[in-house]
Amino acid sequence: MIPLSHVLLLSGILFSLSVAGIFLNRKNVLLLLMCIELMLLAVNFNFIAFAHYLGDLSGQVFVFFILTVAAAESAIGLAILVVLFRERQSINVEDLDTMRG
Amino acid sequence: MERTLLVVVLAPLLAAIAAGLFGRLIGRSGSHSVTIAAVAVSFALSVKVLWAITHGTPVFDDAVYTWLVSDGIRMEVGFLIDRLSALMMVVVTFVSLMVHIYTIGYMHDDPGYTRFFSYISLFTFAMLMLVMSNNLLQLFFGWEAVGLVSYLLIGFWYTRPTAIFANLKAFLVNRVGDFGFVLGIAGIVYLTGSLHYTELFGSAPEMAGRTFEILPGTAWSAITVICICLFVGAMGKSAQVPLHVWLPDSMEGPTPISALIHAATMVTAGIFMVARMSPLFEHSETALSFVLVIGATTALFMGLLGIVNNDIKRVVAYSTLSQLGYMTVALGVSAYAGAIFHLMTHAFFKALLFLAAGSVIIAMHHEQDMRQMGGLRRYMPVTYWTCLIGALALIGFPGFSGFFSKDALIEAVHASHLPAAGYAYWCVLLGVFVTAFYTFRLVFMTFHGEPRMDEHTREHLHESPWVVTVPLVLLAIPSVIAGWPTIGPLLFGGWFGNAIAVLPQRDVLGHLGEEFHGPAAFVLHGLTSPAVWLAAAGVAAAWFVYLKRPGLAAQLRERTGALYTLLVNKYYFDVFNEKVLAGAARGIAQAFWRGGDVALIDGAAVNGSARLVGWAAGKLRAIQSGYLYHYAFATIIGLSALLGWLLWRR
Repeated sequence: MIPLSHVLLLSGILFSLSVAGIFLNRKNVLLLLMCIELMLLAVNFNFIAFAHYLGDLSGQVFVFFILTVAAAESAIGLAILVVLFRERQSINVEDLDTMRG
Repeated sequence: MERTLLVVVLAPLLAAIAAGLFGRLIGRSGSHSVTIAAVAVSFALSVKVLWAITHGTPVFDDAVYTWLVSDGIRMEVGFLIDRLSALMMVVVTFVSLMVHIYTIGYMHDDPGYTRFFSYISLFTFAMLMLVMSNNLLQLFFGWEAVGLVSYLLIGFWYTRPTAIFANLKAFLVNRVGDFGFVLGIAGIVYLTGSLHYTELFGSAPEMAGRTFEILPGTAWSAITVICICLFVGAMGKSAQVPLHVWLPDSMEGPTPISALIHAATMVTAGIFMVARMSPLFEHSETALSFVLVIGATTALFMGLLGIVNNDIKRVVAYSTLSQLGYMTVALGVSAYAGAIFHLMTHAFFKALLFLAAGSVIIAMHHEQDMRQMGGLRRYMPVTYWTCLIGALALIGFPGFSGFFSKDALIEAVHASHLPAAGYAYWCVLLGVFVTAFYTFRLVFMTFHGEPRMDEHTREHLHESPWVVTVPLVLLAIPSVIAGWPTIGPLLFGGWFGNAIAVLPQRDVLGHLGEEFHGPAAFVLHGLTSPAVWLAAAGVAAAWFVYLKRPGLAAQLRERTGALYTLLVNKYYFDVFNEKVLAGAARGIAQAFWRGGDVALIDGAAVNGSARLVGWAAGKLRAIQSGYLYHYAFATIIGLSALLGWLLWRR
């Protein structure tokens, strides 16, 4: 049986990767969305690991909720992305600074 | 009784509302009918009340409505009807009725006809509230209400800048007086905890022993402070030096108003109030001396100003000031009954003089300069004779009403033992000469001599309509005879009973009463007194200067250059007020505006805080890069810091 710490380590690595992806990526909004998805998956891993470890199924039920919400969120995110591209002919993150003070 | 009193007070109020709010609906004749009817009802019932009071009906002193009770102090609407207030009611409603009728003629062509009737009816209501009150609060209500109506009526022709200036001036000067009055009332409430006349009069001897500590470490006699404060209020309302400056300017209002408010009734409110408060004033010799000096100064020095004025109404206005000074002098020497007596006779003849002046002004097409008049005697005989009667009454011609009141008053001053009585005696005595001089100067310049008006005006000269002349005649009658039947009981017979209190050691009228043997003997005695001869000398001097040798006036004017300039500039009171007091007020206001409002509030507080926010935002905006990853970075860092802190804390 795989020990809990391994799974948590895996999810920690995944989470860190996604955070690094958000910070380091300067070109593509699409990648940002993917990183967010990855972040959510890392969290899901945690849920599943703890649910299994504690023998409580409710953690796994949460995973379904999160997956559903993540799917809906990425659908909206992609829709926004399409509109953004039509508007500005670019999905370059560095171009998106209209909120600059 | 209570119902009668309510009708007396409320009839003019309802009429004022009817004419004021529904004037368009009921029209001009409707307006004057309803107001005149209401005032006539008031007058008739006032006469009935006076009759009842003098024939055995006990003094009525009761509240008709309790407004509120706060900490034991009852604030009520109530009436105190004794002989003093009953007499005042009759005088007020009579003069008011005459003025109402006269107004039909005087304001005939004025677009503000209904408004005017509404105002004077409202005035009658307010004045009645003032004189009939049984407590200081209601007195103050009436006091302010007559002031308000006075303000409205001085500025009745509100498109004239001078009228607006005059009514503002009247209002502001009266505020100064009212401030003192309110302080006096506050002092009384502080000491006695009551606003009710009879209660506070009952505690007057006890108040006389109390002291205030106004400045730390000093003891001020409480009753002196209170009485002087109250008298400051009377100085404002009754136009005593130095708060007199508003009264001559109030002549900007229509003439009926000058007669009713600024001569016969409202300006005597201060006199009435002091007489009403006589149980308090009696306990303070200092306050009485103050009253005496102010009154004497007003009596003489304001009379002098009448000599140099050429506006017919202003001459009468200065005469009013001077006569109010006489009344105040009477108050000062504790001859309260004499003051009220003079108030009554003065109300008749001064209203008469004003209305006669108004009649002249109508005939002259609203020309008020006496230098443009002359010889009017032939064109307006009724006005001439009534005006002459008024003038004779004013100067104290033996047998006329003014003679009785003024001569008794001068005698009373002579008999007084107050330290300032000597000064006051000379002032009132010289005032008699001055009064006679300016009064007959007015009569001679207006009615005698060669006509000096232009051709067009002269062709249109004619006697005024009956609505004008009838009030003149009706006022002329009491001006002549009012003294005969009233002097005995009013002055010497203790007619006022408990309404007026005089301490035995100051009872100058009682002292005079020992030598009083009926009005006829009083007239004969008067012929030997200096006052009558001074009056005669005044008339003769006026005749000599203005009829016999018309060029003399101009010569005198040049000879007495400095004195004349002083008089024409009204002792520089107006200049002083405008330059020093108003100037200082404006300077302080300017400083507060520039320093306080513009710099401190607007600059530092309002715009300063906004600028601070803007400055801080300018610095902080640099953090906002607009890049998503910066925000995400901040979020993560923040989150981990928060979590780290939570963990570390545990």
